[in-house]
Parts: sequence; C-alpha cells; structure tokens
Amino acid sequence: MSEPLLIDMSKQGRKAYCFPPLDLPRGFDQALPSLPASLSRQTAARLPEVAELDVVRHFTRLSNLVHGVDNGMYPLGSCTMKYNPKLAEHIAGMSEFTQIHPLQDISTVQGSLSVMYNLLEDLSSITGMSWGTLQPCAGAHGEYTGLKMIRSYFLKQGDDARKKVLIPVSAHGTNPASAAVNGFDVVPIASDERGLVDLEDLASKLDDTVAALMLTNPNTLGLFEQDILVISRMVHDAGALLYYDGANLNAILGMATPGDMGFDVLHLNLHKTFSTPHGGGGPGSGPVMVNSTLRPFLPKPDIELTDSGYVYQWENEESIGKVSMFWGNFLVLLRAYVYILRMGSEGLRAASRHAVLNANYLAAKLAPVLRIPYGKRCMHEFVISCSDLLEKYGVSAQDIAKALIDEGYHPPTMYFPSLVSEALMIEPTESESVESLDAFAETLLKLVKRAQEDPASLKAAPITTVVGRLDEVKAVKEPNLRY
Amino acid sequence: MVYPYIPHTDEDRSMMLSAIGLQSLDQLFEVLGEELQLSDSVPISHGRTEDEVQRMIDSIASRNVRGIPFLGCGCYDHIIPSTVKALSSLPSFVTAYTPYQAEMSQGLLQAIYEFQSMICEITGMDVANASLYDGSHAASEAASLMVASKRKSSTVLVSSTIHPFILAVLTTWAKGTDRAIRILQEKEGVVDLSSLEAELDETCAGLIVQSPNRYGLLEDYNTVADTLHTHACLFAILSDPLSLAIQKSPAEWGADIAIGDTQSLGLPLAFGGPSCGYMAVTESLMRRIPGRIVGATTDAKGRRGFTLTLQAREQHIKRERATSNVCSNQALAALMTTIHLSSLGWGGMVEAANQSYAKAHYLAYHLAQLPGVTLIWDKPFWCEFPLVFSDAKRMRKFLQELRNEGIFAGVRLAALTRQAKDELVLLVAVTEKRSREELELYLAAARRVMK
Repeated sequence: MSEPLLIDMSKQGRKAYCFPPLDLPRGFDQALPSLPASLSRQTAARLPEVAELDVVRHFTRLSNLVHGVDNGMYPLGSCTMKYNPKLAEHIAGMSEFTQIHPLQDISTVQGSLSVMYNLLEDLSSITGMSWGTLQPCAGAHGEYTGLKMIRSYFLKQGDDARKKVLIPVSAHGTNPASAAVNGFDVVPIASDERGLVDLEDLASKLDDTVAALMLTNPNTLGLFEQDILVISRMVHDAGALLYYDGANLNAILGMATPGDMGFDVLHLNLHKTFSTPHGGGGPGSGPVMVNSTLRPFLPKPDIELTDSGYVYQWENEESIGKVSMFWGNFLVLLRAYVYILRMGSEGLRAASRHAVLNANYLAAKLAPVLRIPYGKRCMHEFVISCSDLLEKYGVSAQDIAKALIDEGYHPPTMYFPSLVSEALMIEPTESESVESLDAFAETLLKLVKRAQEDPASLKAAPITTVVGRLDEVKAVKEPNLRY
Repeated sequence: MVYPYIPHTDEDRSMMLSAIGLQSLDQLFEVLGEELQLSDSVPISHGRTEDEVQRMIDSIASRNVRGIPFLGCGCYDHIIPSTVKALSSLPSFVTAYTPYQAEMSQGLLQAIYEFQSMICEITGMDVANASLYDGSHAASEAASLMVASKRKSSTVLVSSTIHPFILAVLTTWAKGTDRAIRILQEKEGVVDLSSLEAELDETCAGLIVQSPNRYGLLEDYNTVADTLHTHACLFAILSDPLSLAIQKSPAEWGADIAIGDTQSLGLPLAFGGPSCGYMAVTESLMRRIPGRIVGATTDAKGRRGFTLTLQAREQHIKRERATSNVCSNQALAALMTTIHLSSLGWGGMVEAANQSYAKAHYLAYHLAQLPGVTLIWDKPFWCEFPLVFSDAKRMRKFLQELRNEGIFAGVRLAALTRQAKDELVLLVAVTEKRSREELELYLAAARRVMK
C-alpha cells in the first residue's frame, strides 16, 4: 500500500505535540520588546497539522517500505552493508553522550574526548599510520580533507606546480570529484588486462606536476593491487604522495596495513568497515589518517592527552584548519569505538577473513553460470557481467537487479565499475551465513534460467513492491521536488 | 573464539573452503605477499563481551558532566518530542543505505521528499536537497555554487559576523585553490553593508551572511539582494531554521541560496554531531545545487513514486565535472528533523521560537541590571545574546560560580575565535526548554557573583 504525504492528512487545529505554557511573570510578557516589523516573517510555512498517532503511523508505514540490513541480505558492492550491532545503538543513545554540548568546558567532556582519543589510537594501529582526524563526516569529506593536506604539503615546500591527481578509471566517482573541488586536475590511469593499475600508463603519467595517486586497495573489482609496493616506489620516486581510499578496507583488517603499503594518507568509512549504520545515506564518518610526513597538516583542533587530562590543541601553524562545524559526527565515532572494543584485534581480523571467504564462496557458486571477467580469486567483493544475458536474451544487469527485489534481496551495485559491461558488484560481507549465501546464489541462478525461458517476466520486475520501475526521464524533465 | 557478528561454524568454514578448493583461510590472502602480510595481530586490545563493553563505556560516560545548558553557538538544547527518537530508530531506516533502488526504498525516498518540502516551506525557497553534513559544509557548498555560477569569478564575500567555525571551514575551503574568501566587516555587532557595493567587482561571485549571527543578533538585509544581483552576484543567507518561524525568511530577503543546520529541529546536542546541513535555492539554480535530490514521478501503471533525480549533477555520474563531491549526507538526521517538524507543525515551530525569544529576553533584561556586565549593541536578538564583562576575573568567577550551581552559563566567544578582542564576551543562549526555575536559578547565582 502506498502512503499519502503527511501534509495531505493535515487538519487544521490538530497537534502532535504541546509545549508547556510560557511561565514568565505577567508583567514581563507585556514589557517584552517585539521584533521589529522590518525583520519579521510575513508568510506562514505549510507544515503538517496532525495528531501524534498520525505521525507514528505515517513514519512506521514508511519504514515498512524500506529494506535495510536488518530486513535481509544487502550485497551492495563497495558499501560494506554488514550487521550493525544493537549494543552500539544502545550506547549511542545514552544521555551521558547525547546531552553533552560541544562547547562545554573541557573538564566536563573528558568522557567524550577519551572516546575520540582512544579511537584515533586504535585506528592508527589498524591502518599502520601515525595519527589522524575525526572531523570528516563521510568518505568524500575525508577525501576532500586528505587532498587539501596534500596540497598544503606541497605549497609548504614551495611547490605550486603539482596540480595533477592520478586516479584509476575504476575508482569511486567521489575520488575525481574531491580532487576537482580542491582545484586539482584529474588524470585517469588505465587498468591492465588483470584489472589492476597499468604500470606502464602510470609511469608515463608520473612527473613533477603530479601531487598524488589515489588508490583503492583492494580495488573496485575486488582485486588486491599486488604491485602496490612497486607503485608506491614509483609514486614516491616521482616526488608525489599516495592516497588510500579506505572504502574497501574491510578486506584486509588485521591482515595488512595501508601504512606498510606505503600510503601517506587515507580515509576510512566508519559506516562501512566499522559497522556503524548507513542511516539511509548517512550520517557516516570519514576519519583521515596520515603518516608523519603529513601529520603537521591535520585539521584543527587535535586532541592531546596531558597530565591534566585531554585537551584540544589549536596551536598548529601548518594545519589546514577546520573541515567541519565541531568535532565530527561524534555519535558515529562512538558506535565505531564500541565495535572495535567488542571485536578486538582478533575479531577484526576474523571479520576480514570471513568477508573474503564469503565473497570467494559466493563467486565460486556463481562462476559456472555468470561471467566474472577479472580475477581468479577475489577479496571481499567481486564483479559479475550480465553482458551474455543481454546479448542472448535481452536481459540486462538492471533486469536481474530488479528481479532480485521481488525475491527479497537488495540488489548489488549496478553498472560500476565501468570496466565491466552490465556489471553487478557483489559484496556479501562477513555477516552472512553459508545458508544465506546458498539461498542468494540459488536465487540468482534461478533468475538466469528465467532469462532464457521467460525474459519478459524479468523486464516487468519488480512486481511485489509498492511501485514498479519509475519513469526517470519524467522525473528529470518535469521536476517535482516538493509538495 | 566465536563472534556473534560472524555466523560461521568450524564446519561451515571447512565446507566453504573445500567448495573453493582451498585448505585454509590463509590461502585467500597469499595475494597480499609475504612482505605485507602481518605476522601478528594489530596492537589493539582483545575483544570484549557485550557486558564488558557496556561497563567500560559506563565508566567513560561518567567522566562527562551534564549541566543546565545556556550554551549555543550553533548547537542548541531545544525540546524534542519523543516521536523523533522512537520513529527514527526503526531498524529499516537505520540500516538502509542511499536509496539507489527506488522500488525497494519508497519509504525513505518519500521521507526525503517531505524533508525537502519542509525546508522549502520554512526558507521560502523553491528547491532543497536531501541534506549536507552540517551548517559549515552547507556554507562551503554555497561558496562553490557561487563561484561555479559566475564566469571568471573566484571570490566569495563573507560577513565577519558569521559563526567563527563556519568562517574557519570556509577559509579551509579556499586554501590552496585559486578561490578566495573576502571579509565584509561588521559595525556594532552586525554586518556593515555600507561598503558592499564597492566590494562587488568581476571576481566576486556572491555574499554569505548569517542571521542570527555569531553574537545572536538579527541582521537587516534590506536592498542587499538588489545590489548583489545588479553585479551578477548571488546572495546566500545562513540561518538557524527555527528562527525563521519569526524572522524574515531568506526568500523574503530575496536570497538565492538558503543554508544552515537543522540541529535546532529535532537533533540532540550529541557533542556537536551528527547534525544536518540544509541548502535550498531558487528554481534557476536547481541544476547547480549539490547532493542528493528526490523527485516524484510515476511508474508504468501511473502510480506515484519517488526516486533520486537530477543525478547528472552528481559525482557518480559526472566524476570530476560534478557540482560537488558529496555522496553520503546526513539522511537519518534529516529524517529526525522531518519527524520533529511533522510533530510540531508550523504552530509548534512558532511557539518554540516565540518562547525562546521571550525567555532569552527575560534573562537578558535582568542580567543587564547587574553591575559589571553589559548587553552591548542595542540590537534585536532572538534566543542568544552577548554579555560583556568589565574584567576577565569577574567573568571567570561568574562561570565558576554558576557551574557550581549546575549551570553552564554560556560560551566564551574567545574560545571560538581565539582573539583577544573577544575575551570578555559571553554568549548566552536560552531556549524554550529552559524552565522558569532554571532561569531564576541562573539569575540568583548571577546576582550573588555580580553584586
């Protein structure tokens, strides 16, 4: 059943909330200066007027029209849709954390600061880096911050010529966008027949105008860039820096570190690797970790542990400054900290090992029927191509994805990376059991069979949802963006 | 060891390994190479049980001290109906991601559409996006939008009365690029617009102002929009959205861009985050706005549905030519604001804004009677005002004595600006949530110190 807009259920005079009456002394009410008419609002805004139960039913019904990890498998590649522990939700709701103001006296926020300080210590150990910042609110925000630091580093050396950032064609779209926002020119790097960085292409593009190479490792094909030490040497020999996009860190926790690989700066996605919920598109958190070369450029303020407790450190001349309003998405940081406490070093390692096991097991089940163009084995995710289905039966990756919805699955990431035609990028995560992987594989194979026998039924999918495929062209041509 | 978040039994593992023709999990990681493979686990602590973690966190939490907050500066303690937490905690909202698959995400998409609609209604603008990280991010995105909208422009004018941290974030935004921030100076606590026209040259793309501003004062933008538009510059107003229940909306001032943070609409203090940035623009800027946008359309059967739209602006399509790099935003925080506004209605918003106004003026009026403090600049304010002390010692004593009563009396402006000229300024915020008893407690303690 579709749900009407709440505004359409409005009835003048209904209230879902009542404020206590204003209880100032009577005399004062009259003496109160009124806001000058020149500054006063003239028009009312149209907001719903409904009873409390109307609000409750409306949003409960809307929540029933959403699929989350708690509802079922969510193999959305590169997004690491793993289980979000309930303990972390509970702790993030504790009033000792939610009722603390960011500008309270430092002596009254030692608990929150200790969470942030210890989280930074743990993240430094996990990534093999020197220190970091928790201010960035998402992965792309972390990229922005890291690239800003790289630019400041070169300017500090008096080097204004390094205006290029090299980015593999398989990289997430945020990489080139973040580089452009920071005023860099983006130079794409080709992938070779293995699906890895093309070393010849890289060599031909490395010179003294290059500031950095941004790399995701394992990359978006789910393959480990096994030449990473060579790449690192090439990049550093050219005087450039190496940036690690941590979107796929869930493949190597406790197994290897970006620090050992030679990365100078990286961002993490706490909402991916460290199990904080994705919230329908945020809030996430994108801490940036650096080695000692870039440490002076970290955003302000840093947190330091002194004899009198934790303090903010603002006295850093080379810092790029602030990148967010206060200290970061604290309640997200807290959840990630709880996850790390719960898992410990062995647990994090086990998470990655099982994430990789799950991906390889699922890939092996699908490989006889669906083409996996790159890699014999994968890390935490893999990419299948539906191009054969399209050629033979006219069934596209999108058709398969939409049919999966009718089977109760959130579809994999579609049409990315562009190296693979009709791509479906599958990341099962360590959260899924073997039974759940078997059921998913069976479903996919059943759909492939249906593509041969009854392609029209796949084209019609989904049919079990509140709406069918939507007219995207109409949405763009006749924008209806508000009530 | 068994991990509750990893369902594999020993039997599962060996069966799965043999299905892929391997003997051990280690073989899956051979590709890392000997040089990179860690021989030992990373140096963090061992895992803990739920109960152990909860106890440890309880002990950490006890080192946070709560007080009666008269603190603001971009983060305010307003009343939040219980519906907000209850409904925003529904598991499918919490554990979904960006609604790429529209048919399976209609609830989320519709909630975002309702959020966009409410932001448009409150600001008076035509088009709003699905949220940005926070108010400072909204300001930097507005600056990017301005520069991208005017050929050969590189400079954005920013009022010196804008929140110090937002100014800091904008300064970072310009750093290392060919863009620049130029400051428009203030006079008596509000932006000085007398030199505006002189500042508007070919390089200037627009102006960002804030009301209520960093001192809590309301600013007058009469004729500003016309002046800016004459020079092909855009006008952005940053405001606490709750204040728009009583003060002129950005649209009423003729702004092109309305920005701010919805923290005052249903989000807890939370040590400053997550909050939720908003941006709304005029129709002519619709295809330049950053971030996710949800639109209504129809399916083949003519049923109304919602989908992410105008995606040709975005990084996953346009890569380095996108209008912004933003991907994940603050969806769940935006949902909290949507539920909050659905519960309050316009009447509730006006009530909260008016009560905050009345209570702030009550406290300000009585504090102004005390020796040793003044309310400088006789300017209209809403729920926050600057109290200036005659000397630093008095100010410290004031803060200490009130803290002894369990009151956080205000934010020292110098803690944000780190400038000597602000040393004696205390910003005091009063919301509708502060009871009469709390106000009287504040005043009684203040009278004791400042006699």
